[in-house]
Amino acid sequence: MSEPLLRVRDLKTYFVTEQGSGTARAVDGVSFEVYPGETLGLVGESGCGKTVTSLSLLRLIPEPPGHIRPGSFIEFEGRNLLTLAPRELRAIRGNQIAMIFQEPLTSLNPVLTVGDQIAEAAILHQGLTRRAARRRTIDMLRLVGIPDPAERVDHYPHQMSGGMRQRVMIAMALVCHPKLLIADEPTTALDVTIQAQILELLDRLQVELGMAVLLITHDLGVVAGAADRVVVMYAGQVAEQAPTGQLFARPLHPYTEGLLASVPRLDAPAARGRTRLHSIPGQVPAATAWPEGCRFHPRCPYAWDRCRQEEPPLLDAGTGEPGAHSVRCWLLTDPRRRRLHA
Amino acid sequence: MTVGTWLALAGVAVLALIVAAEVRSRAKASAAGRRFLRYPAAVPGIFVLAFVVAVAVAAPLVAPLDPYAIPHVEGVANLPPSLHRLLGTDPSGRDVYSRLVYGARISLGIGAIAMVLAVTLGAAVGVVAGYFRHRVDAVLMRLVDLGLAMPRMFLLLMIVALWGQISLANLVLLIGFTGWFATSRVVRAEVLSLREREFIAAARALGTRPARVVWRHVLPNAAAPIIVSAALGIGHVMLLEASLSFVGIGVPSPQPSWGNMIADGAPVLATAPWTSTFPGLAIAVVVMALNAVGDALRDALDPRKESA
Repeated sequence: MSEPLLRVRDLKTYFVTEQGSGTARAVDGVSFEVYPGETLGLVGESGCGKTVTSLSLLRLIPEPPGHIRPGSFIEFEGRNLLTLAPRELRAIRGNQIAMIFQEPLTSLNPVLTVGDQIAEAAILHQGLTRRAARRRTIDMLRLVGIPDPAERVDHYPHQMSGGMRQRVMIAMALVCHPKLLIADEPTTALDVTIQAQILELLDRLQVELGMAVLLITHDLGVVAGAADRVVVMYAGQVAEQAPTGQLFARPLHPYTEGLLASVPRLDAPAARGRTRLHSIPGQVPAATAWPEGCRFHPRCPYAWDRCRQEEPPLLDAGTGEPGAHSVRCWLLTDPRRRRLHA
Repeated sequence: MTVGTWLALAGVAVLALIVAAEVRSRAKASAAGRRFLRYPAAVPGIFVLAFVVAVAVAAPLVAPLDPYAIPHVEGVANLPPSLHRLLGTDPSGRDVYSRLVYGARISLGIGAIAMVLAVTLGAAVGVVAGYFRHRVDAVLMRLVDLGLAMPRMFLLLMIVALWGQISLANLVLLIGFTGWFATSRVVRAEVLSLREREFIAAARALGTRPARVVWRHVLPNAAAPIIVSAALGIGHVMLLEASLSFVGIGVPSPQPSWGNMIADGAPVLATAPWTSTFPGLAIAVVVMALNAVGDALRDALDPRKESA
């Protein structure tokens, strides 16, 4: 493979809690790469550190209470974003790395027209005149599939539907043709039909503009359709990382297995008369008190003594290229236990 | 009173009616406007304000006599209201009605300018404190606490005592610089909640400079409390000016302000009450109108009232 566009090494983002009861280790040693042009899916349930990871990439963590620990490393095109001066960082934000947020309803400024908001980045980073920026904005609105862009450009966010607003957000993020787009739950607030349209749109734009996408979601269905590779996060760490096809065909981490089993399916199990949907017992523990040993062991059906005492490192699954598929689980060292359990 | 001044007065009243009617019809078009109208005193308040502002602007037309002229004849002081001297004369023989009209210029002018100063300062301090938080916030807010803890009247008395007689411009500056504390608190509170909104994060993610985030994204969204505190602020400033003028350290004589007119009439309150009564009424009515409009604006601009 070519050089990665973004390389994250041992990212740790901690929050000091108000009560002084300790430090929330929201992201605790996360590493991954994003290669040019690919889509990397980042999945996990609420509270696993997905959003904090994405905000950390552009240093948008509110400081204090949050801080990125020394020793963390976020390299974009060979430059460590964590040591850049604020001015240099601003030149990257919105220009080379853009971001779209979860809630299209609240991510747009209610008192500015959508045109003004899209044009802002173009004026800021590319030095366009107001008139040129307006033309670019109308082109962008057309690109993201908004009808009557010349008219819509002067509308306010409240005059648009949720799907339209998410399209506006995408136009806003893409106006400078960034190399990397961070999409944090871009479709969660939308209904399924609009969701499909937005994902299709992202897919098309990715090909047209040749950018990489970091797609953050809790929805495995979204990942299956859109991502080339998947990183599964649990309790502030990477639990498993694999090419999408391989992850779905052969999940190795019990957490991934559980997630996949929890996806409702129209085809299989009903025939056997067992229609109850699988769920992983328990919930993600609090980030102030991760369990000892493997952080998943209290919820893991396979857990044995070693899991309670020793924290597993990311182990190579030994399939495909080295490092292509890695798993943070002791089962890899003792595969018989998986069969025993079954 | 001549026919011309009566006509001018009628014209001003009609103008104020038109303004009030126009505000009313425009307000009906929007949800916020309808919330504004739900406040029963809102439209009468607008009428009063439009009337007083028009009178102040058109003072030379509306006032029949020179407000400064002290006649060199005996027996014109403390005349009761009549058709010729609509609101009577003061102890110096000056026409109370004419002084009231010209006094509107000074009282409203001081109120408006000092309020603009105070609100600008208060909004700036509030936005900076709320957006940057931490040490900046702590320092600024302790300063505000200090300002709020100090009795304003005594502060002003002290400054004036050090200064001696002060000019109108300095009076405005003084009132403005001591009147921003409450506004800054309100604005800060609004900004504290605004800065957590996602569109602020989105703007920062686009690489927008902090100053620009504040100016383009935070400030316009904090407009509602700023406007409301401005509307209520004019009333406060007018009352303060009246108090200062009444104790003789406000607007210097012979310039008419509603406050020093009350002071002029105070010695003869028992025998010639009109000199003090009419400016007092004017202050009361205008401040009530300002408060009514301010309250209605608060209801109109507060989105939490949307569902009501």
